[in-house]
Amino acid sequence: MSVDTETVKRVARLARIAITDDHAEKMKGELNSILEWVEQLGEVDVEGVEPMTAVVDVAMKKRHDGVADGGMADDIVANAPASDDHFFLVPKVVE
Amino acid sequence: MTDLTDLTIAEALDGLAAKDFSALDLTDAYLAAMEKARALNAFVLETPEQARAMAKASDGRLASGEAGKLEGIPLGIKDLYCTEGVRTTACSHILDGFVPHYESTVTANLWADGAVMLGKLNCDEFAMGSSNETSYYGPCVNPWRRKNDDAPLVPGGSSGGSAAAVAARIAAAATATDTGGSIRQPAALTGTVGLKPTYGRCSRWGIVAFASSLDQAGPIARTVEDAAILLGSMASVDPKDTTSVDRPVPDYRAEMAQSVKGMKIGIPAEYTLDDMPAEIQALWDKGKAWLADAGAEIVDISLPHTRYALPAYYIVAPAEASSNLARYDGVRYGLRVPGDDITDMYEKTRAAGFGEEVQRRVLIGTYVLSAGYYDAYYLKAQKVRTLIKRDFEIAFDAGVDAILTPATPSAAFGIGEKAGGDPVEMYLNDIFTVTVNMAGLPGISVPSGFDASGLPLGLQLIGRPFGEGDLFRLGKVIEEAAGGSPKPDAWWR
Repeated sequence: MSVDTETVKRVARLARIAITDDHAEKMKGELNSILEWVEQLGEVDVEGVEPMTAVVDVAMKKRHDGVADGGMADDIVANAPASDDHFFLVPKVVE
Repeated sequence: MTDLTDLTIAEALDGLAAKDFSALDLTDAYLAAMEKARALNAFVLETPEQARAMAKASDGRLASGEAGKLEGIPLGIKDLYCTEGVRTTACSHILDGFVPHYESTVTANLWADGAVMLGKLNCDEFAMGSSNETSYYGPCVNPWRRKNDDAPLVPGGSSGGSAAAVAARIAAAATATDTGGSIRQPAALTGTVGLKPTYGRCSRWGIVAFASSLDQAGPIARTVEDAAILLGSMASVDPKDTTSVDRPVPDYRAEMAQSVKGMKIGIPAEYTLDDMPAEIQALWDKGKAWLADAGAEIVDISLPHTRYALPAYYIVAPAEASSNLARYDGVRYGLRVPGDDITDMYEKTRAAGFGEEVQRRVLIGTYVLSAGYYDAYYLKAQKVRTLIKRDFEIAFDAGVDAILTPATPSAAFGIGEKAGGDPVEMYLNDIFTVTVNMAGLPGISVPSGFDASGLPLGLQLIGRPFGEGDLFRLGKVIEEAAGGSPKPDAWWR
Protein backbone atom coordinates (compact mmCIF):
# COMPACT_ATOMS: atom_id res chain seq x y z
CA MET A 1 0.00 0.00 0.00
CA SER A 2 1.33 3.44 -0.77
CA VAL A 3 0.00 6.93 -0.13
CA ASP A 4 -0.45 9.82 -2.57
CA THR A 5 -0.14 13.53 -1.76
CA GLU A 6 -3.91 13.87 -1.23
CA THR A 7 -3.83 11.06 1.35
CA VAL A 8 -0.95 12.72 3.18
CA LYS A 9 -2.97 15.93 3.36
CA ARG A 10 -6.06 14.07 4.57
CA VAL A 11 -4.05 12.30 7.28
CA ALA A 12 -2.41 15.59 8.31
CA ARG A 13 -5.90 17.07 8.68
CA LEU A 14 -6.94 14.10 10.89
CA ALA A 15 -3.77 14.66 12.96
CA ARG A 16 -4.45 18.41 13.11
CA ILE A 17 -1.09 19.36 11.64
CA ALA A 18 -1.06 22.16 9.05
CA ILE A 19 0.88 21.03 5.99
CA THR A 20 2.00 22.91 2.88
CA ASP A 21 1.93 21.32 -0.59
CA ASP A 22 5.72 21.10 -0.69
CA HIS A 23 5.89 19.50 2.73
CA ALA A 24 3.13 17.03 1.86
CA GLU A 25 5.12 16.04 -1.22
CA LYS A 26 8.28 15.46 0.84
CA MET A 27 6.36 13.56 3.53
CA LYS A 28 4.76 11.37 0.86
CA GLY A 29 8.17 10.00 -0.12
CA GLU A 30 9.25 9.40 3.46
CA LEU A 31 5.97 7.83 4.55
CA ASN A 32 6.01 5.52 1.54
CA SER A 33 9.54 4.44 2.34
CA ILE A 34 8.42 3.50 5.87
CA LEU A 35 5.20 1.82 4.67
CA GLU A 36 7.11 -0.15 2.04
CA TRP A 37 9.53 -1.35 4.69
CA VAL A 38 6.77 -2.50 7.09
CA GLU A 39 5.15 -4.44 4.21
CA GLN A 40 7.45 -7.36 5.11
CA LEU A 41 5.06 -8.15 7.97
CA GLY A 42 2.86 -9.60 5.23
CA GLU A 43 5.16 -12.68 5.21
CA VAL A 44 4.26 -13.59 8.79
CA ASP A 45 1.55 -16.18 9.29
CA VAL A 46 -0.65 -14.84 12.08
CA GLU A 47 -3.52 -17.31 11.57
CA GLY A 48 -5.08 -17.98 14.98
CA VAL A 49 -2.69 -15.63 16.83
CA GLU A 50 -4.26 -13.31 19.40
CA PRO A 51 -3.18 -9.67 19.20
CA MET A 52 -1.19 -8.51 22.21
CA THR A 53 -3.16 -6.38 24.63
CA ALA A 54 -0.81 -6.35 27.64
CA VAL A 55 2.89 -7.09 27.53
CA VAL A 56 3.07 -8.20 31.18
CA ASP A 57 0.51 -10.77 32.16
CA VAL A 58 -1.21 -9.14 35.14
CA ALA A 59 -4.80 -8.35 35.99
CA MET A 60 -5.84 -4.74 35.47
CA LYS A 61 -5.61 -2.81 38.72
CA LYS A 62 -8.82 -1.33 40.03
CA ARG A 63 -9.41 1.29 42.64
CA HIS A 64 -12.37 2.40 44.71
CA ASP A 65 -14.67 4.60 42.61
CA GLY A 66 -14.34 7.71 44.70
CA VAL A 67 -12.81 11.17 44.64
CA ALA A 68 -9.06 10.73 45.19
CA ASP A 69 -7.87 14.30 44.72
CA GLY A 70 -8.99 17.66 43.42
CA GLY A 71 -9.21 21.28 44.44
CA MET A 72 -6.18 22.19 42.33
CA ALA A 73 -7.65 24.39 39.61
CA ASP A 74 -4.82 26.90 40.05
CA ASP A 75 -2.26 24.18 39.29
CA ILE A 76 -4.21 22.93 36.31
CA VAL A 77 -4.49 26.25 34.49
CA ALA A 78 -1.06 27.49 35.58
CA ASN A 79 0.62 26.51 32.28
CA ALA A 80 -2.21 27.50 29.95
CA PRO A 81 -1.26 29.94 27.17
CA ALA A 82 -4.56 31.76 27.91
CA SER A 83 -6.89 31.31 30.86
CA ASP A 84 -9.37 33.32 32.86
CA ASP A 85 -10.91 32.51 36.23
CA HIS A 86 -9.95 28.80 36.06
CA PHE A 87 -11.18 28.45 32.46
CA PHE A 88 -8.98 27.68 29.44
CA LEU A 89 -9.51 30.31 26.77
CA VAL A 90 -9.84 29.20 23.11
CA PRO A 91 -11.02 30.89 19.91
CA LYS A 92 -14.80 31.08 19.65
CA VAL A 93 -16.23 27.62 18.86
CA VAL A 94 -20.02 28.21 18.87
CA GLU A 95 -21.64 31.13 17.03
CA MET B 1 43.11 13.86 46.09
CA THR B 2 41.33 12.26 43.14
CA ASP B 3 38.73 14.28 41.30
CA LEU B 4 35.39 13.75 43.08
CA THR B 5 33.65 13.43 39.71
CA ASP B 6 35.70 10.29 38.99
CA LEU B 7 34.09 8.42 41.88
CA THR B 8 31.42 5.85 41.19
CA ILE B 9 28.17 6.15 43.15
CA ALA B 10 29.27 3.25 45.35
CA GLU B 11 32.58 5.01 46.09
CA ALA B 12 30.94 8.40 46.64
CA LEU B 13 28.45 6.90 49.11
CA ASP B 14 31.36 5.41 51.06
CA GLY B 15 33.28 8.71 50.97
CA LEU B 16 30.25 10.66 52.20
CA ALA B 17 29.62 8.15 54.99
CA ALA B 18 33.29 8.37 56.06
CA LYS B 19 33.09 12.21 55.92
CA ASP B 20 36.02 12.35 53.46
CA PHE B 21 34.09 15.14 51.72
CA SER B 22 30.65 16.70 52.02
CA ALA B 23 27.64 16.37 49.72
CA LEU B 24 28.12 20.05 48.88
CA ASP B 25 31.77 19.40 47.88
CA LEU B 26 30.58 16.62 45.59
CA THR B 27 27.80 18.69 44.02
CA ASP B 28 30.11 21.69 43.54
CA ALA B 29 32.64 19.45 41.79
CA TYR B 30 29.93 18.34 39.35
CA LEU B 31 28.60 21.87 38.83
CA ALA B 32 32.12 23.04 37.94
CA ALA B 33 32.59 20.11 35.55
CA MET B 34 29.22 20.84 33.91
CA GLU B 35 30.18 24.44 33.31
CA LYS B 36 33.33 23.37 31.47
CA ALA B 37 31.46 20.81 29.38
CA ARG B 38 28.79 23.02 27.80
CA ALA B 39 30.27 22.23 24.37
CA LEU B 40 28.67 18.78 24.73
CA ASN B 41 25.16 20.30 24.98
CA ALA B 42 24.24 17.47 27.37
CA PHE B 43 22.19 19.62 29.75
CA VAL B 44 19.30 21.65 28.34
CA LEU B 45 18.73 23.23 31.75
CA GLU B 46 21.19 23.45 34.64
CA THR B 47 19.72 23.86 38.13
CA PRO B 48 22.78 24.81 40.24
CA GLU B 49 20.87 26.64 42.98
CA GLN B 50 18.49 23.76 43.52
CA ALA B 51 21.43 21.33 43.42
CA ARG B 52 23.32 23.22 46.12
CA ALA B 53 20.22 23.53 48.31
CA MET B 54 19.56 19.78 47.97
CA ALA B 55 23.23 18.99 48.73
CA LYS B 56 23.13 21.13 51.88
CA ALA B 57 20.00 19.28 53.00
CA SER B 58 21.85 16.01 52.32
CA ASP B 59 24.75 17.16 54.51
CA GLY B 60 22.23 17.84 57.28
CA ARG B 61 20.79 14.33 57.01
CA LEU B 62 24.28 12.78 56.82
CA ALA B 63 25.22 14.62 60.02
CA SER B 64 22.09 13.53 61.87
CA GLY B 65 22.39 9.91 60.76
CA GLU B 66 19.27 10.01 58.57
CA ALA B 67 21.03 9.44 55.23
CA GLY B 68 18.99 7.85 52.44
CA LYS B 69 20.19 5.20 49.99
CA LEU B 70 21.37 7.85 47.50
CA GLU B 71 22.16 10.62 49.95
CA GLY B 72 24.10 13.43 48.29
CA ILE B 73 24.52 11.74 44.88
CA PRO B 74 24.26 14.29 42.02
CA LEU B 75 22.12 13.07 39.11
CA GLY B 76 21.06 14.36 35.72
CA ILE B 77 17.40 13.96 34.77
CA LYS B 78 16.23 13.31 31.22
CA ASP B 79 13.96 16.14 30.11
CA LEU B 80 11.12 13.63 29.69
CA TYR B 81 10.63 13.42 33.48
CA CYS B 82 8.30 16.02 34.97
CA THR B 83 10.09 17.89 37.75
CA GLU B 84 8.06 20.16 39.99
CA GLY B 85 8.88 23.83 39.45
CA VAL B 86 11.58 23.00 36.87
CA ARG B 87 10.99 23.40 33.12
CA THR B 88 10.19 20.11 31.38
CA THR B 89 9.84 20.06 27.59
CA ALA B 90 10.70 16.56 26.28
CA CYS B 91 13.09 18.67 24.16
CA SER B 92 10.14 19.80 22.03
CA HIS B 93 9.21 23.33 20.97
CA ILE B 94 5.56 22.49 21.67
CA LEU B 95 6.22 22.29 25.42
CA ASP B 96 7.93 25.69 25.50
CA GLY B 97 8.01 27.05 29.02
CA PHE B 98 6.09 24.15 30.58
CA VAL B 99 6.76 24.07 34.33
CA PRO B 100 5.06 21.07 35.95
CA HIS B 101 3.24 21.49 39.25
CA TYR B 102 3.97 17.87 40.10
CA GLU B 103 6.92 15.47 40.29
CA SER B 104 7.22 12.17 38.40
CA THR B 105 7.10 9.12 40.66
CA VAL B 106 10.59 7.97 39.66
CA THR B 107 12.26 11.32 40.42
CA ALA B 108 10.21 11.67 43.63
CA ASN B 109 11.63 8.26 44.68
CA LEU B 110 15.17 9.49 43.95
CA TRP B 111 14.76 12.71 45.97
CA ALA B 112 13.17 10.76 48.83
CA ASP B 113 16.37 8.66 48.93
CA GLY B 114 18.52 11.81 49.12
CA ALA B 115 19.69 12.27 45.50
CA VAL B 116 20.58 15.75 44.21
CA MET B 117 19.31 17.16 40.88
CA LEU B 118 21.96 18.81 38.67
CA GLY B 119 19.60 19.69 35.82
CA LYS B 120 17.61 18.42 32.84
CA LEU B 121 19.27 16.40 30.10
CA ASN B 122 19.05 16.63 26.34
CA CYS B 123 17.20 13.93 24.37
CA ASP B 124 15.51 13.40 21.04
CA GLU B 125 12.21 15.29 20.78
CA PHE B 126 9.60 13.21 22.65
CA ALA B 127 12.29 10.48 22.74
CA MET B 128 11.79 9.89 19.00
CA GLY B 129 15.23 9.27 17.57
CA SER B 130 18.42 7.25 17.88
CA SER B 131 21.01 10.04 17.72
CA ASN B 132 19.74 12.96 19.86
CA GLU B 133 19.61 14.99 16.63
CA THR B 134 15.84 15.62 16.73
CA SER B 135 16.08 17.70 19.95
CA TYR B 136 14.67 21.23 19.73
CA TYR B 137 17.77 22.31 21.68
CA GLY B 138 20.16 20.95 19.06
CA PRO B 139 22.23 17.77 19.01
CA CYS B 140 24.15 16.52 22.01
CA VAL B 141 27.80 15.66 21.31
CA ASN B 142 29.38 12.34 22.24
CA PRO B 143 32.35 12.80 24.63
CA TRP B 144 34.09 10.08 22.60
CA ARG B 145 35.89 10.90 19.34
CA ARG B 146 37.60 8.66 16.82
CA LYS B 147 41.38 8.43 17.17
CA ASN B 148 43.10 11.41 15.48
CA ASP B 149 39.77 12.82 14.34
CA ASP B 150 37.91 15.85 15.76
CA ALA B 151 34.63 15.12 13.94
CA PRO B 152 31.74 15.37 16.43
CA LEU B 153 29.87 12.10 16.90
CA VAL B 154 26.33 11.42 18.13
CA PRO B 155 25.92 9.94 21.63
CA GLY B 156 23.01 7.81 20.39
CA GLY B 157 19.43 8.39 21.41
CA SER B 158 17.00 9.11 22.51
CA SER B 159 18.69 9.38 25.95
CA GLY B 160 21.80 10.96 24.38
CA GLY B 161 22.19 13.69 27.00
CA SER B 162 21.93 11.13 29.81
CA ALA B 163 24.60 8.88 28.28
CA ALA B 164 26.93 11.76 27.33
CA ALA B 165 26.69 13.36 30.80
CA VAL B 166 27.52 10.07 32.54
CA ALA B 167 30.41 9.25 30.18
CA ALA B 168 31.84 12.80 30.49
CA ARG B 169 31.69 12.62 34.32
CA ILE B 170 29.38 15.64 34.55
CA ALA B 171 26.71 13.60 36.37
CA ALA B 172 27.28 10.66 38.72
CA ALA B 173 24.49 8.88 36.86
CA ALA B 174 21.30 9.80 35.02
CA THR B 175 17.71 8.81 34.52
CA ALA B 176 16.68 7.77 31.03
CA THR B 177 13.76 6.13 29.23
CA ASP B 178 13.66 3.33 26.68
CA THR B 179 10.88 2.73 24.14
CA GLY B 180 12.86 0.89 21.44
CA GLY B 181 16.45 1.06 22.67
CA SER B 182 16.73 4.63 23.98
CA ILE B 183 18.67 3.62 27.11
CA ARG B 184 20.77 0.72 25.79
CA GLN B 185 21.84 2.15 22.41
CA PRO B 186 23.23 5.48 23.80
CA ALA B 187 24.86 3.57 26.69
CA ALA B 188 26.62 1.33 24.14
CA LEU B 189 27.75 4.32 22.06
CA THR B 190 29.24 6.16 25.08
CA GLY B 191 30.85 3.32 27.07
CA THR B 192 28.27 3.47 29.87
CA VAL B 193 25.91 0.94 31.46
CA GLY B 194 22.22 1.27 30.59
CA LEU B 195 19.38 -0.86 31.89
CA LYS B 196 15.83 -1.01 30.57
CA PRO B 197 13.78 -2.70 33.28
CA THR B 198 10.87 -5.08 32.78
CA TYR B 199 7.73 -3.24 31.67
CA GLY B 200 5.92 -2.25 34.87
CA ARG B 201 8.99 -2.22 37.15
CA CYS B 202 9.30 1.60 37.21
CA SER B 203 6.27 3.86 37.31
CA ARG B 204 5.53 5.80 34.13
CA TRP B 205 3.56 8.42 36.08
CA GLY B 206 4.81 11.93 35.37
CA ILE B 207 7.02 10.87 32.44
CA VAL B 208 6.07 12.43 29.10
CA ALA B 209 4.44 9.56 27.18
CA PHE B 210 5.70 8.39 23.78
CA ALA B 211 4.35 4.84 23.28
CA SER B 212 2.69 3.74 26.49
CA SER B 213 2.88 -0.04 25.99
CA LEU B 214 6.65 0.17 25.34
CA ASP B 215 7.99 3.07 27.47
CA GLN B 216 10.07 2.19 30.54
CA ALA B 217 12.24 4.34 32.80
CA GLY B 218 15.72 3.13 33.73
CA PRO B 219 19.21 4.23 34.77
CA ILE B 220 22.37 5.05 32.83
CA ALA B 221 25.47 4.76 35.04
CA ARG B 222 29.21 4.23 34.80
CA THR B 223 29.24 0.79 36.37
CA VAL B 224 26.89 -2.15 36.70
CA GLU B 225 26.89 -1.72 40.47
CA ASP B 226 25.87 1.94 40.16
CA ALA B 227 23.03 0.98 37.82
CA ALA B 228 21.90 -1.61 40.40
CA ILE B 229 21.98 1.00 43.19
CA LEU B 230 20.02 3.48 41.10
CA LEU B 231 17.35 1.02 39.95
CA GLY B 232 16.78 0.06 43.59
CA SER B 233 15.60 3.63 44.18
CA MET B 234 13.84 4.29 40.85
CA ALA B 235 11.70 1.13 40.93
CA SER B 236 8.55 1.03 43.03
CA VAL B 237 4.95 -0.10 43.10
CA ASP B 238 2.85 2.94 42.19
CA PRO B 239 -0.93 3.13 42.48
CA LYS B 240 -0.84 6.11 40.09
CA ASP B 241 0.31 3.88 37.19
CA THR B 242 -2.09 1.01 36.48
CA THR B 243 0.67 -0.86 34.63
CA SER B 244 3.04 -0.66 37.61
CA VAL B 245 3.48 -4.27 38.71
CA ASP B 246 2.68 -5.25 42.29
CA ARG B 247 5.95 -6.85 43.24
CA PRO B 248 8.47 -5.89 45.91
CA VAL B 249 11.73 -4.30 44.74
CA PRO B 250 14.60 -6.71 45.49
CA ASP B 251 18.09 -5.79 46.71
CA TYR B 252 19.75 -5.61 43.28
CA ARG B 253 23.23 -5.05 44.69
CA ALA B 254 22.99 -8.28 46.68
CA GLU B 255 21.64 -10.16 43.63
CA MET B 256 24.50 -8.76 41.55
CA ALA B 257 27.09 -10.18 43.94
CA GLN B 258 26.00 -13.80 43.36
CA SER B 259 27.84 -16.22 41.07
CA VAL B 260 26.84 -16.85 37.46
CA LYS B 261 28.03 -20.46 37.70
CA GLY B 262 25.53 -22.79 36.04
CA MET B 263 23.46 -20.03 34.44
CA LYS B 264 22.32 -20.85 30.91
CA ILE B 265 22.99 -18.12 28.33
CA GLY B 266 21.21 -18.28 24.99
CA ILE B 267 22.84 -17.08 21.76
CA PRO B 268 20.10 -16.33 19.20
CA ALA B 269 21.03 -17.32 15.64
CA GLU B 270 18.81 -14.58 14.19
CA TYR B 271 20.95 -11.78 15.64
CA THR B 272 23.75 -12.54 13.17
CA LEU B 273 23.17 -9.99 10.41
CA ASP B 274 24.29 -10.58 6.82
CA ASP B 275 26.42 -7.45 6.78
CA MET B 276 27.50 -7.48 10.41
CA PRO B 277 30.90 -5.80 10.92
CA ALA B 278 33.61 -8.29 11.87
CA GLU B 279 34.42 -6.35 15.06
CA ILE B 280 30.83 -6.67 16.31
CA GLN B 281 30.95 -10.43 15.70
CA ALA B 282 34.35 -10.61 17.46
CA LEU B 283 32.97 -8.66 20.43
CA TRP B 284 30.03 -11.03 20.71
CA ASP B 285 32.37 -14.05 20.64
CA LYS B 286 34.47 -12.48 23.39
CA GLY B 287 31.34 -11.99 25.50
CA LYS B 288 30.42 -15.66 25.13
CA ALA B 289 33.94 -16.68 26.17
CA TRP B 290 33.92 -14.38 29.24
CA LEU B 291 30.62 -15.77 30.49
CA ALA B 292 31.72 -19.35 29.79
CA ASP B 293 34.96 -18.74 31.72
CA ALA B 294 32.88 -17.52 34.67
CA GLY B 295 31.01 -20.83 34.69
CA ALA B 296 27.92 -20.04 32.61
CA GLU B 297 26.69 -22.50 30.01
CA ILE B 298 26.40 -21.09 26.47
CA VAL B 299 23.61 -22.57 24.31
CA ASP B 300 22.37 -21.81 20.81
CA ILE B 301 18.76 -20.71 20.61
CA SER B 302 16.35 -19.50 17.95
CA LEU B 303 14.08 -16.44 18.09
CA PRO B 304 12.51 -16.84 14.64
CA HIS B 305 10.43 -13.65 14.57
CA THR B 306 13.32 -11.30 15.42
CA ARG B 307 13.49 -9.67 11.99
CA TYR B 308 9.85 -8.60 12.19
CA ALA B 309 10.24 -6.77 15.50
CA LEU B 310 11.49 -3.50 14.03
CA PRO B 311 8.82 -3.12 11.31
CA ALA B 312 6.10 -4.09 13.83
CA TYR B 313 7.53 -1.53 16.25
CA TYR B 314 7.26 1.18 13.57
CA ILE B 315 3.53 0.53 13.45
CA VAL B 316 2.83 0.12 17.18
CA ALA B 317 5.02 2.99 18.46
CA PRO B 318 3.82 5.68 16.01
CA ALA B 319 0.20 4.57 16.52
CA GLU B 320 0.47 5.01 20.28
CA ALA B 321 2.46 8.24 19.81
CA SER B 322 -0.19 9.77 17.54
CA SER B 323 -2.73 9.14 20.27
CA ASN B 324 -0.51 10.31 23.18
CA LEU B 325 0.56 13.48 21.37
CA ALA B 326 -3.03 14.51 20.62
CA ARG B 327 -2.95 16.36 23.95
CA TYR B 328 -0.58 19.04 22.59
CA ASP B 329 -3.08 21.42 21.09
CA GLY B 330 -2.09 24.86 22.39
CA VAL B 331 -4.88 24.95 24.97
CA ARG B 332 -3.62 23.59 28.28
CA TYR B 333 0.15 24.05 28.18
CA GLY B 334 3.10 24.97 26.02
CA LEU B 335 3.13 26.69 22.67
CA ARG B 336 0.10 28.32 21.05
CA VAL B 337 0.09 29.76 17.53
CA PRO B 338 -3.02 31.90 16.93
CA GLY B 339 -5.41 30.85 14.14
CA ASP B 340 -8.62 31.96 12.44
CA ASP B 341 -10.67 29.43 14.38
CA ILE B 342 -9.99 26.66 16.87
CA THR B 343 -9.05 24.03 14.26
CA ASP B 344 -6.71 26.47 12.53
CA MET B 345 -5.13 27.23 15.91
CA TYR B 346 -4.62 23.49 16.61
CA GLU B 347 -3.12 22.88 13.16
CA LYS B 348 -0.77 25.85 13.22
CA THR B 349 0.35 25.13 16.78
CA ARG B 350 1.14 21.49 16.02
CA ALA B 351 2.86 22.32 12.71
CA ALA B 352 5.12 24.86 14.44
CA GLY B 353 5.59 22.92 17.66
CA PHE B 354 6.45 19.44 16.40
CA GLY B 355 9.74 18.77 14.60
CA GLU B 356 10.07 16.74 11.39
CA GLU B 357 10.56 13.30 12.95
CA VAL B 358 7.66 13.77 15.38
CA GLN B 359 5.37 14.91 12.55
CA ARG B 360 6.43 11.92 10.47
CA ARG B 361 5.58 9.51 13.28
CA VAL B 362 2.29 11.20 14.15
CA LEU B 363 1.28 10.98 10.47
CA ILE B 364 2.30 7.31 10.19
CA GLY B 365 0.42 6.57 13.42
CA THR B 366 -2.67 8.43 12.30
CA TYR B 367 -2.60 6.63 8.96
CA VAL B 368 -2.25 3.10 10.37
CA LEU B 369 -5.07 3.72 12.84
CA SER B 370 -7.38 5.36 10.28
CA ALA B 371 -10.57 3.72 9.03
CA GLY B 372 -9.91 0.78 6.71
CA TYR B 373 -6.24 0.33 7.64
CA TYR B 374 -6.45 -0.65 11.30
CA ASP B 375 -6.63 -4.43 10.67
CA ALA B 376 -3.93 -4.44 7.99
CA TYR B 377 -1.42 -2.54 10.09
CA TYR B 378 -2.05 -2.13 13.82
CA LEU B 379 -3.88 -5.41 14.48
CA LYS B 380 -1.37 -7.31 12.38
CA ALA B 381 1.56 -5.70 14.24
CA GLN B 382 0.04 -6.59 17.61
CA LYS B 383 -0.30 -10.22 16.47
CA VAL B 384 3.34 -10.24 15.36
CA ARG B 385 4.18 -8.85 18.79
CA THR B 386 2.51 -11.87 20.40
CA LEU B 387 4.76 -14.12 18.28
CA ILE B 388 7.90 -12.16 19.24
CA LYS B 389 7.08 -12.54 22.93
CA ARG B 390 6.31 -16.24 22.42
CA ASP B 391 9.80 -16.79 20.90
CA PHE B 392 11.34 -15.55 24.16
CA GLU B 393 8.94 -17.58 26.31
CA ILE B 394 9.92 -20.77 24.49
CA ALA B 395 13.62 -20.04 25.11
CA PHE B 396 13.06 -19.26 28.79
CA ASP B 397 10.83 -22.33 29.24
CA ALA B 398 13.72 -24.43 27.90
CA GLY B 399 15.84 -23.23 30.82
CA VAL B 400 17.64 -20.23 29.34
CA ASP B 401 18.31 -17.63 32.06
CA ALA B 402 19.43 -14.75 29.85
CA ILE B 403 20.30 -14.01 26.23
CA LEU B 404 23.52 -12.40 24.97
CA THR B 405 23.54 -10.21 21.83
CA PRO B 406 25.41 -7.19 20.47
CA ALA B 407 23.82 -3.91 21.66
CA THR B 408 24.18 -1.97 18.41
CA PRO B 409 25.15 -2.76 14.80
CA SER B 410 28.04 -0.23 14.94
CA ALA B 411 29.90 2.29 17.12
CA ALA B 412 28.88 5.97 17.28
CA PHE B 413 28.43 7.72 13.92
CA GLY B 414 28.95 11.35 12.92
CA ILE B 415 26.47 14.14 13.62
CA GLY B 416 24.55 14.69 10.38
CA GLU B 417 25.75 11.41 8.88
CA LYS B 418 22.40 9.61 9.00
CA ALA B 419 19.95 12.45 9.57
CA GLY B 420 18.17 13.84 6.55
CA GLY B 421 18.41 10.62 4.58
CA ASP B 422 15.99 7.71 4.46
CA PRO B 423 14.32 7.56 7.94
CA VAL B 424 14.52 3.74 7.85
CA GLU B 425 18.36 3.96 7.88
CA MET B 426 18.20 5.60 11.30
CA TYR B 427 15.55 3.17 12.56
CA LEU B 428 17.92 0.22 11.89
CA ASN B 429 20.09 1.38 14.82
CA ASP B 430 17.60 -0.25 17.16
CA ILE B 431 17.63 -3.63 15.43
CA PHE B 432 19.09 -5.49 18.45
CA THR B 433 17.25 -3.60 21.19
CA VAL B 434 13.67 -3.25 19.98
CA THR B 435 12.60 -6.88 20.45
CA VAL B 436 13.06 -6.41 24.21
CA ASN B 437 10.50 -3.58 24.33
CA MET B 438 8.08 -5.52 22.13
CA ALA B 439 8.23 -8.40 24.63
CA GLY B 440 8.31 -6.20 27.78
CA LEU B 441 11.57 -7.81 28.98
CA PRO B 442 14.53 -6.30 30.85
CA GLY B 443 17.74 -5.61 28.92
CA ILE B 444 21.13 -4.19 29.85
CA SER B 445 23.96 -2.78 27.75
CA VAL B 446 27.46 -3.10 29.19
CA PRO B 447 30.70 -1.59 27.80
CA SER B 448 32.63 -4.51 26.32
CA GLY B 449 35.41 -3.18 24.13
CA PHE B 450 36.35 -0.75 21.37
CA ASP B 451 36.18 -0.62 17.60
CA ALA B 452 39.25 -0.04 15.41
CA SER B 453 38.95 3.75 15.75
CA GLY B 454 38.88 3.57 19.55
CA LEU B 455 35.14 4.05 20.07
CA PRO B 456 33.33 2.08 22.77
CA LEU B 457 31.07 -0.87 21.93
CA GLY B 458 28.51 -2.63 24.12
CA LEU B 459 27.00 -6.05 24.55
CA GLN B 460 23.36 -6.57 25.48
CA LEU B 461 21.94 -9.09 27.91
CA ILE B 462 18.21 -9.82 27.83
CA GLY B 463 16.57 -11.30 30.93
CA ARG B 464 13.43 -13.10 31.98
CA PRO B 465 10.60 -10.86 33.20
CA PHE B 466 11.82 -9.23 36.45
CA GLY B 467 15.25 -10.84 35.95
CA GLU B 468 17.09 -7.50 36.46
CA GLY B 469 19.20 -9.09 39.23
CA ASP B 470 20.42 -11.76 36.76
CA LEU B 471 21.38 -9.04 34.29
CA PHE B 472 23.40 -7.13 36.87
CA ARG B 473 25.17 -10.36 37.89
CA LEU B 474 26.04 -11.31 34.30
CA GLY B 475 26.76 -7.70 33.33
CA LYS B 476 29.30 -7.48 36.15
CA VAL B 477 31.22 -10.44 34.69
CA ILE B 478 31.42 -8.75 31.28
CA GLU B 479 32.33 -5.39 32.82
CA GLU B 480 35.21 -6.90 34.79
CA ALA B 481 36.50 -8.96 31.87
CA ALA B 482 36.38 -5.89 29.59
CA GLY B 483 38.37 -3.80 32.05
CA GLY B 484 35.79 -1.61 33.80
CA SER B 485 34.30 1.78 32.97
CA PRO B 486 36.06 3.36 29.96
CA LYS B 487 36.79 7.10 30.24
CA PRO B 488 37.02 9.46 27.25
CA ASP B 489 39.76 12.12 27.02
CA ALA B 490 38.27 15.38 28.31
CA TRP B 491 38.88 17.43 25.10
CA TRP B 492 36.03 19.79 26.06
CA ARG B 493 37.60 21.10 29.29
